[in-house]
Amino acid sequence: MFGYYLDLALRSLKRNKMLTALMVLAIALGIGASMTTLTVLHVLSGDPLPGASATLFYPQLDPQDMDGYEPDREPPRQVTWIDGMNLLHARRADHQALMTGGAVPVQPAQSGLDPFYSDARYTSSDFFPMFQTPFLYGHGWSAADDEGKARVVVISRSLNDKLFGGKDSTGQTLRMKDTAFSIVGVLDEWRPNPHFYDVNMGNYASSEDVFLPLATARQLQLDRNGSMDCWGNGGGDESNLENAPCVWLQFWVQLDSPAKVADYKAFLANYSREQKALGRFQRPVNVRLSGLMEWLDINKVVPGDVRLQAWLALGFLLVCLVNTVGLMLAKFLRRAGELGVRRALGASRREVFAQLLVESGVVGLAGGVCGLLLAFGGLWLVRRQPSDYAALAHLDMTMLLATFLLAVGSTLLAGLLPAWRACQITPALQLKSQ
Amino acid sequence: MLQIKPILAALRRHKAGTILIALQIALTLAIVCNALFIIGQRLERVRRPTGMVETDLMAIQSRFVGTEENKTSPLIKADLQALRQLPGVQDVVSLNSYPLRGGGWSTGVRTDVDAKNSKAHTTQYFGDEHTLGTMGLHLLEGRNFRADEIMQADPQALPDSAAIIVSKALADKLYPEGHALGKPVYIGDSKSPSTIVGIVERLGVPWNGTWTDSFYENSLIQPVQLVSSFTNYLIRAKPGQLADVLKAAPAALVKVNRMRVIPSERGVRTFAQVREYAYKGDRGMAILMGVVCLVLLAITAAGIVGLTSFWVGQRRKQIGVRRALGATQRDILGYFLTENLLIGVAGVAIGALLAIGMNLWLVTQFEMARLSLAYVLVGVVALLLLGQGAVLAPAMRASRVPPVEATRSV
Repeated sequence: MFGYYLDLALRSLKRNKMLTALMVLAIALGIGASMTTLTVLHVLSGDPLPGASATLFYPQLDPQDMDGYEPDREPPRQVTWIDGMNLLHARRADHQALMTGGAVPVQPAQSGLDPFYSDARYTSSDFFPMFQTPFLYGHGWSAADDEGKARVVVISRSLNDKLFGGKDSTGQTLRMKDTAFSIVGVLDEWRPNPHFYDVNMGNYASSEDVFLPLATARQLQLDRNGSMDCWGNGGGDESNLENAPCVWLQFWVQLDSPAKVADYKAFLANYSREQKALGRFQRPVNVRLSGLMEWLDINKVVPGDVRLQAWLALGFLLVCLVNTVGLMLAKFLRRAGELGVRRALGASRREVFAQLLVESGVVGLAGGVCGLLLAFGGLWLVRRQPSDYAALAHLDMTMLLATFLLAVGSTLLAGLLPAWRACQITPALQLKSQ
Repeated sequence: MLQIKPILAALRRHKAGTILIALQIALTLAIVCNALFIIGQRLERVRRPTGMVETDLMAIQSRFVGTEENKTSPLIKADLQALRQLPGVQDVVSLNSYPLRGGGWSTGVRTDVDAKNSKAHTTQYFGDEHTLGTMGLHLLEGRNFRADEIMQADPQALPDSAAIIVSKALADKLYPEGHALGKPVYIGDSKSPSTIVGIVERLGVPWNGTWTDSFYENSLIQPVQLVSSFTNYLIRAKPGQLADVLKAAPAALVKVNRMRVIPSERGVRTFAQVREYAYKGDRGMAILMGVVCLVLLAITAAGIVGLTSFWVGQRRKQIGVRRALGATQRDILGYFLTENLLIGVAGVAIGALLAIGMNLWLVTQFEMARLSLAYVLVGVVALLLLGQGAVLAPAMRASRVPPVEATRSV
């Protein structure tokens, strides 16, 4: 029966090419626009570390003075050096890392290369196991290297390609800011999206090229990048940030079970109380412990314009669907005579209904295919934009499937009302008027 | 107008189609109004002047490598000298930032040394006596910096500036009663006053995000040459010689000192490129919204044509009867136009409410202003005209149905 309905549908669609083209085009445009924007939204709100993100948490403390205090306001989004170091050394989590962004002048030994600046991350040893960074060669550094302010460095694959032609460079020397660093590891391609561990660097920035111990970076006074908030008479003097009342570091912990999460939260509250007793903290205890995905929400990582575009496209799709409903209604009712004959010859309402739904399904499928092509075109346009997420806009299997389901599903939905109206035709009345 | 009653009676027999057209008009109006409003807002931002004369202007970003931060002062001096000697260069200044660059300094300022809260938020530019000339700022009152006022300073330990130049917007904010020239300003948490020695007509901040809208023209210039490895050179070329300077300037800098990094991406740009880059997102959004509006209107028009054509086909017999009973072609045309107008009015009435509701929702979700009613009004008129235009062709066809149709049975 399905084959017959399909044949009927194609005949009917061919009979009025303009109307068919209009319906397919409307669906295609709506689907194309929606899928382009939804794909961008899907990519941007994705999980940066699938599998590991559920055990990563971002603690927040409130070390500020009472100036401008309001109860229950969100604590600062970064930590001070003192708190960061205290929490790091407490080792209460399964893994913990303290970090900030920076830029280092790289002085290549090769004479053909001019010196250049690389984005860097100053962090502690747990960074690599905690974020499960893939290593091409070598490994991260040890906690002892952190303590000893060792001159060690982990570099990215692209920097390794640039300086060492992609060969295993572990054990070699890298000169940065007139200091020799020993390369201990080379990371493989690693670009978590969003750049979750430090959203000051641009939410979809690529990951850094140089990783070195935080203590080493501070000792050498390497340039720091990122935001810093100070209070009281905190001047933000770069050479003395260790004692300044300023937050400028990110602190991440890995907690493998819900019990540990609860314990860690209690530990943070305890720590705050302790610091208050010591007179370092002044505000009432106000601690937060957000999961990775929650942290991205709090930071509103997905750009407003992208969400706005997605809503706009969905609105657009809705208008296209309403339009299709109207056109299909006109088309089906115009064939009242033909349908009346079919009914008189014994087709049940259900069969006529099925026949009409097959016809709208065909329109939906055609619209979906064209819409998919439009979405590919749209994403190509998005990739040509200058935004830092542009390169990420690709259609994956999930979205591909979603496109078809959305196209066919919404057109079938759009076909329901016209098909139902058309089945209500009384055969006798139609036959009489012929 | 006498026809309204029969039209309403006829529409009651086509409830589904009528509702669909009205709904489509309403949704289109709501989306188009909000999209046009967003376009208007974005274009307003893109056109915002910086206060500088932007032709013949270019910028170079440079960072010294292998020199200690506090020893860069003579290097910057040598750079400036080399750039000034280039034949096509009119003036050069070394700055911490410039309008639309995307990164810079900002601080609160007070007019009362004891005040706890700042009176205005402003950006800080650090430059020498060439700043005004290079930027091409229009000095309204007072004077430019003198060469002997310029201090060399470490960005971490900034001295208090005795003299500053402010934008008119900042002067008006600090001293609303006027006469800001010669008055004191306390920058950040400084205890010593800086005196306003000059007021320029306009000078924008280095950023263009919506968060700067509240202080977009609040700027002050301090007579300080920052001693830092990182600096931005703003260069004014002699009229018509920008293209030559664009090539010669970076080459001259590398010749003076090779131990530097000029980023290959956006390290050397004309100001037109700076502006284009800064507003690329806004421009893209405006274009996208524009395309969506056009396509939406086209689809709605096509929908109206399609459905009305069907109605015309369905009513050929009735039209024939009316024509046989004496209705003129004009009457039939009028009938379909009025019918469409009635549906359109219902649609735009709902649509106007939807548009306002949608805007209120957008305001809560995104940084957006309230929709001005002018946009709704324009949208309403546009959609009613569009409806009339779309219905014209089917209505004309209807009016040409001959009276003899009444006697045919098919």
